Amino acid sequence: MLNQVYRLVSERKFESFVVSEKIHEKSVVVKPTYLSICHADQRYYSFKRRTEVINEKLPMALIHEGIGKVVATSDDKFSIGDRVIFIPSLPVEKDELIEENYLESTKFRSSNYDGLMQEYIISDISRIVKIPDGLENTIVAFAEMLTVAHQGITRLSRVSDISDSVIGIWGDGNLGYMVSALIKCIYPESKVYVFGHHQAKLNYFSFVDRTFLTDNIPENVRIDQAIEATGGLGSQMAIDQIINSLEPEGASVLMGVSEENVPVNTRMVLQKGLTFVGSSRSSRSDFIEVMNMLTKNPLLVDKMGILVDTVRDIKSIDDIGQAFEHDQAHAFGKTIMHWHL
Amino acid sequence: MGNTALPKQFLNLGGMPIIIQTTSKFLLQPFFSGILIVVPNQWMRYTSDLFKKFFSEDELRKISIVKGGNNRNQTLMNGVDFIENNFGLNDEDIIVTHDAVRPFVSSKIIEENVKAAKKYGAADTVITATDTIVEGNLANDLIKSIPDRKKMYQGQTPQTFNIKKLKSGYAKLSEDQKSILTDAAKIFLLTDTSSVKMVEGESINFKITKIFDLKMAELLVGER
Repeated sequence: MLNQVYRLVSERKFESFVVSEKIHEKSVVVKPTYLSICHADQRYYSFKRRTEVINEKLPMALIHEGIGKVVATSDDKFSIGDRVIFIPSLPVEKDELIEENYLESTKFRSSNYDGLMQEYIISDISRIVKIPDGLENTIVAFAEMLTVAHQGITRLSRVSDISDSVIGIWGDGNLGYMVSALIKCIYPESKVYVFGHHQAKLNYFSFVDRTFLTDNIPENVRIDQAIEATGGLGSQMAIDQIINSLEPEGASVLMGVSEENVPVNTRMVLQKGLTFVGSSRSSRSDFIEVMNMLTKNPLLVDKMGILVDTVRDIKSIDDIGQAFEHDQAHAFGKTIMHWHL
Repeated sequence: MGNTALPKQFLNLGGMPIIIQTTSKFLLQPFFSGILIVVPNQWMRYTSDLFKKFFSEDELRKISIVKGGNNRNQTLMNGVDFIENNFGLNDEDIIVTHDAVRPFVSSKIIEENVKAAKKYGAADTVITATDTIVEGNLANDLIKSIPDRKKMYQGQTPQTFNIKKLKSGYAKLSEDQKSILTDAAKIFLLTDTSSVKMVEGESINFKITKIFDLKMAELLVGER
């Protein structure tokens, strides 16, 4: 089958490529329907990655958050017409100890493998998960990001008991919002404090216990665990504030991606005996868990509904560029592309 | 052995015959009850063997190899007869006709064809003309007229029709009209059967008829 793949070729420029694909016996063919733009895609689109990184990766189809509809399957676990969510991690081996998203050999869509901006996705059956009935397309479209939040929370919970503690979340963007909502859902006894740069964005966090502007954190604020969900230039300040605010023997998970190395106040980390855990992307088990949670928690779905900023019909390459431009101008919420290509 | 030229649709593109690439695109559309491959009589066995090599039993159940006619219209009407005899014919039934040698057809074009034909009765895939179209006088090789390019389009396929309307339109044509007919959408215009909605095609949906086209197609097909 001659599949059309819409790849980023240079700064803010997409082009259509044709790839001849064989449909293998164990694969499922999925037509992408709703795709969601992530900051990582935006960094490629605006050439904010280092030149040598960009040169190595382009041309490449962007987008790793999205859903689709099954159009062909030889496996009876799926039927034609099933709505499915894509798992962007594409492992090529199994390991007893290391999770699939941390294996060095694993490919990742829109990072070192073509993303979802394609006419059809030919997927291994293990790389799609059925979407339960009743969940809105525009919300599940970005549920991959919820699975990333879920992975971070799970990893933090492995090193520290967070069931009824005070958890500080640095970052008032989409990831911070999702992490906060998930913690409130999984650990209703816990207290969630959110630390952000922008009061306008913090105002969306109506369901958390307290919010703080990062340039005005009161001296006496103490937390048991922290989640860093800022990334970029904000990472250094966030990690510094986390170290200062954590109780001794507290723990933190780092989730924000930074292009540059970040200096860390190791003296205080040692003195307080703090634990830091890294977390990146997510695995199949996070997808299954998040689908269950969305089905059982209408309040969580409501909270996610607020994140749907715009849904744009995509019928041409120009439409894709316009969706990315629109997304850049909106700091909070998600731009969803209703994919017709 | 003679040197019968292999028709273009059987030549390879991207590791498989063009006709297989094209058919694969239609197999992925859930709304088709069947896919007819209408080929000249002498190529029926060859086509059937080829399809068995590339498609699963499930996929083959959807596909029928049908004998073509002496010209494009007869071929089309043979397809229509096959549908009537094997599937029956309902008022709403639609036929999507496509050139086997246009393997770059997109799912979007196919879907929009079906949508348009359901609404208007017929649909034709076109792209805006980039070259100026000139009407010539065959008798003296002089230009007769140069129509306004803004109103000119180039026809591609798919062409999509309500089957009953196509049949009734075709029945209304005189034998003379049938003999000069080069385009099925014209049946609707000549007989005032229904409007024909234009669906936006894509320049990549070109027809592979000459060596140049095949070379171009090969250049366009890449790998992951």
